Amino acid sequence: MKVYADNAATTYLSKTARDKLIECLDNYNGNPNSLHSDGQRTQEVLDEARAIVAGCINAKNPNEIYFTSGGSEADNQALLSAARGLSRKGKKHLITLNIEHHAILHTMAKLEKEGFEVTYLKPQANGIVDVRDVEDAIREDTALVSVMFANNEMGAVQPIPEIGALCRSKGVLFHTDAVQAAAHLPIDVQAMNIDMLSMSGHKFHGPKGVGILYARNGIRLVNVIEGGAQERGKRAGTVNVPGIAAMAAALKEGCDNMDANMSHVRKLRDKLIDGLKDIPYSQLNGDPVNRLPGNVNWSFEGVEGESLLLHLDLYGIECSSGSACTSESLEPSHVLTGMGVPVEAAHGSLRFSLDSDNTEEQVDYIIEKVHSVVDLYRSMSPYWEDLMNGTREHCIPEYM
Amino acid sequence: MSLYTDKVMDHFEHPRNVGVIEDADGIGEVGNPLCGDIMKMYLKIEDDRITDIKFKTFGCGSAIATSSMATELIKGKTLDEALDLTNKAVVEALDGLPARKIHCSVLAEDAIKAALVDYYTKSGREMPESLVGFQPHED
Repeated sequence: MKVYADNAATTYLSKTARDKLIECLDNYNGNPNSLHSDGQRTQEVLDEARAIVAGCINAKNPNEIYFTSGGSEADNQALLSAARGLSRKGKKHLITLNIEHHAILHTMAKLEKEGFEVTYLKPQANGIVDVRDVEDAIREDTALVSVMFANNEMGAVQPIPEIGALCRSKGVLFHTDAVQAAAHLPIDVQAMNIDMLSMSGHKFHGPKGVGILYARNGIRLVNVIEGGAQERGKRAGTVNVPGIAAMAAALKEGCDNMDANMSHVRKLRDKLIDGLKDIPYSQLNGDPVNRLPGNVNWSFEGVEGESLLLHLDLYGIECSSGSACTSESLEPSHVLTGMGVPVEAAHGSLRFSLDSDNTEEQVDYIIEKVHSVVDLYRSMSPYWEDLMNGTREHCIPEYM
Repeated sequence: MSLYTDKVMDHFEHPRNVGVIEDADGIGEVGNPLCGDIMKMYLKIEDDRITDIKFKTFGCGSAIATSSMATELIKGKTLDEALDLTNKAVVEALDGLPARKIHCSVLAEDAIKAALVDYYTKSGREMPESLVGFQPHED
């Protein structure tokens, strides 16, 4: 059986998005910046896409939507804009979480080199930041708080409305990386007091290479890419209209069907969580309730994640791992260790990210095969042997 | 190109010589849980020859494949031949490893050397020069 359970890495292109992409490639090849008919017809497609995206997150005005090359570029631009814009007013302090995506963390590190001070808040053991910690970290010179909507690895959903209200009351800009949340959780930038927000097309069945930065009117963006006057002068480069139109169509489809899709996905997620609970010395990482509808992140003691992942792949199950061996850095997931999961348990982690086209039958198959590969690799693990005979100490309790 | 060669995947999927030898003449263990890999090798030695070898490994796909290949390369070989085993030979026998997985082959070589050190120590025989002062690599 083939089971794709790595939708947090990327999703397949939906038929709606594909049809839109092909339609635009075939019929809208003009440059929207051209004044002639072909250009203007294409401009209309772009305007429509901008209005659709604005509607999906309840932005006040479509001109608050900027199209980028993806979530990373949107994150970079949001942070650089807030920092450079406000440093002229003497604000040189930024706040974020230590479990953010590297698009945030590496940009923060770059800003630190430029003289900014960054506070990296650690979430609670369930992966969710305490709003009081955010409040305590805010200073007179704080320019921006950037807290992800939901974590890409262990799925914990952050208290975005509370942080938004807090930042608004303190006069601090608030950015959220909503790459994993878009089309999965309701987003209302006005009600949630979000000043800037990032999204990525391929995480909700749109194409790769296109993303969105929402920036509330009144926020001055600085360019990451210099050149022509596209995107109100804030993002140069001939606009990828087919990709953008397809992304907008995918986002709209996802948001229109969110309730039905996500109640199905939540059911599958909870079934998978229930099915793995009887594996001793293993644990769910991230809050069991306030988590992305499709995310299941699990640590198994005594085994290493990459070997589990490769063997599941032989069974047709595609997932990911926070083990060091699956990263380029040889360090295990900064998200898991950042929220306090022991390094040994982070090495033995798997992430399943389910979506609306997954089935109960597939979840049963995942449960069966995970039991079988964990048993197999524990049986050949000298580490597991040591845990069982008491030579080494457990870092995960026998049962949750 | 995929991350792993067909040979690596073959030894990952069908690892050779997995298990323990209860009355082993030499046992070697290297690595630790914080680094995410541990290899343990068991040797049976008769008439200066490795008559049996088993391993248990906690680690990634290439850690399992390098353990498996290393045991295959020295099974039935003389002690002198086993002492000559290098991580490079393991990598070559697997048709290569990604750069960041080379340390797995080093771990496999170290595990075998640690088992040989244990054998020479336990049997009271004179330690070969190449094993004197042996220290496994920092993982």
